[in-house]
Amino acid sequence: MNRLQQWLTDESPETRWQANLGRSWRLLRMLMKNPLALLGSLIIIGLILVAAFAPWIAPQSPIGQDLGNRLLPPSSEHFMGTDELGRDIFSRVIHGSRITLLIVALVAIISAPLGLLIGAVSGYFGGWIDKLLMGITDVFLSMPKLILALAFVAALGPGIENAIIAIAITAWPVYARIARAETLTFRQSEFIAATQMLGASNTRIIVRHVLPLCTSSMIVRMTLDMAGIILTAAGLGFLGLGAQPPLPEWGAMISRGRTFILDQWWVATMPGIAIIVVSLGFCFLGDGLRDVLDPRNEGQR
Amino acid sequence: MSSPTAKPPVPAGNVTTRSEARWLFISRKLLGFLFVVALTFLALLAVTFFIGRIIPIDPVLSIVGDRASNEVYEAARIAMGLDRPLPVQFFSYVGDVLSGDLGRSVSTNREVISDLARVFPATLEMATIGIIIGVLIGVPMGVFAASHQGSWVDHIIRMLALSGYAVPAFWLGLVGLALFYANLGWVAGPGRMDVYFEGLIEPVTGLLLVDSLLAGDTDVFWNAVSHIVLPALILGFFALAYIARMTRSFMLDQLSQEYITTARVKGVPGWRVLWVHAFLPIRVQLITVIGLSYAGLLEGSVMIETVFSWPGIGNYLTVALLNADMNAVLGATLVIGMVFIIINKLSDVLYGLLDPRSAR
Repeated sequence: MNRLQQWLTDESPETRWQANLGRSWRLLRMLMKNPLALLGSLIIIGLILVAAFAPWIAPQSPIGQDLGNRLLPPSSEHFMGTDELGRDIFSRVIHGSRITLLIVALVAIISAPLGLLIGAVSGYFGGWIDKLLMGITDVFLSMPKLILALAFVAALGPGIENAIIAIAITAWPVYARIARAETLTFRQSEFIAATQMLGASNTRIIVRHVLPLCTSSMIVRMTLDMAGIILTAAGLGFLGLGAQPPLPEWGAMISRGRTFILDQWWVATMPGIAIIVVSLGFCFLGDGLRDVLDPRNEGQR
Repeated sequence: MSSPTAKPPVPAGNVTTRSEARWLFISRKLLGFLFVVALTFLALLAVTFFIGRIIPIDPVLSIVGDRASNEVYEAARIAMGLDRPLPVQFFSYVGDVLSGDLGRSVSTNREVISDLARVFPATLEMATIGIIIGVLIGVPMGVFAASHQGSWVDHIIRMLALSGYAVPAFWLGLVGLALFYANLGWVAGPGRMDVYFEGLIEPVTGLLLVDSLLAGDTDVFWNAVSHIVLPALILGFFALAYIARMTRSFMLDQLSQEYITTARVKGVPGWRVLWVHAFLPIRVQLITVIGLSYAGLLEGSVMIETVFSWPGIGNYLTVALLNADMNAVLGATLVIGMVFIIINKLSDVLYGLLDPRSAR
């Protein structure tokens, strides 16, 4: 253990592999010193594990109906109670984590690279390309995201895929802005000029040298945005525009419980608590990551 | 500039040129603002036009029905102008919107624009009270947290601010209704007023609180207050979370400056350092933050209005969404988007105008 630690924190690493691992190790240790970030990472790891092992954790099927046991209050058998079709809410919340994780991951996979590419190209080339791309980005930035997502889903039709597309369409401009700002800070630096003189093509410089340097601030921003994405997706589900029944999506579950909120409060409350816990997890982790990866923001905590 | 020997009214002349320069600066800013708003609005129109066009349901089919013959279908298509090239259709759409024609709503069978004019005041009323709550509580909270950095109060305020990003508004609304309306009975339920008050007040401004006072009907006024309290508080909570967080971070920036230390060393009282020396410089930044969160509240009211059956523009939008009433959806999107863009850009311009550094 001690030798491993020494190897990781070695001041003069012998391989790139060792340097990268050492850097990750130092970041991880700094992150773990922040109690909120630690809590956040635990929540996210928990979410991933729960999603991965959902069928083994959930005591019952998320869609199997049992009309004899409908709307039971929380008890030792159904410890979040049952819904209007007698389904175990705990099992549904557990299975819902898969949908939430899927939405978050797909939105990130679609919108982050798109924003990253637009921002990096804009910052790297400058001139009219920059003006045009940033003009479009600014226009999208100054429009209300939720409303735009609603209108897109209205046109595309309800459903989880369309909700993901709609959220991704409204999420990329922030990443483009960040990637551009980041690119501008090292656009004039010597290593870019050196690579150019070596004869590297613009594509190669952007992909191999510009994009990797933008990733750390992108990761921070994405983690912070995750909570917003979860809330938007749940909101679409709540309005009946996102995941369709019988999928155990948390927002749609709250919407079903709305009818029973006065007498059977648990039907709507439990999925909401799941949303809050997971969103808070992303917020905490994002805050901690920002402090670690983005030293410039040090004073703004 | 002027040598001591030159006596003529140089200072006066100097003042005029300076104020002229200031006016030039302001008018240039305003022109830029109008230009940007117009451009963004055009882009918004393009987006809504695109959304209206890519809708998979055939707009012609929804009018003539699927049993119509080919001739009838063609005639309707031409009558609706759908046979023209897309750019032409777009320009006629822009022309329609600019002349206030947003089409007819399928579900209410009225002009969308008059529907929107009817429901907008309800949203405005709720969002305005929400932002007032957010500013009155959020700003002092942020200042307090910054001046007690690291204390348990600071941690609680930080948690509260973070939860503004993590709690779904519609869930909070439902839980609030269950708790404060159904269980405790402290506030009235969904809607703007009780059913038996409905129609008593002639809308003048459309803002129920103002109208009922104008009519001198205090019963309706207090009933409306008990209806608006909960949704406005919940909206206010989200504004508060953002405003408190930003105020705290601005204040921390100021408090770490050397002039603050100087003031403290000179023996300036603590409250004066906090509220005069540190707070006054951040007021311009705060205006931008407040403007942004006001715009955000207009958007956030979509969810809250749905939960509280509040007859505002958000509720109108969601009802239209569920009925696939595309004209109404696009109309509401345009109006919310327009207000959002104007507030957004206006707070940018205000920042430029009020910031003393840019006034020179």
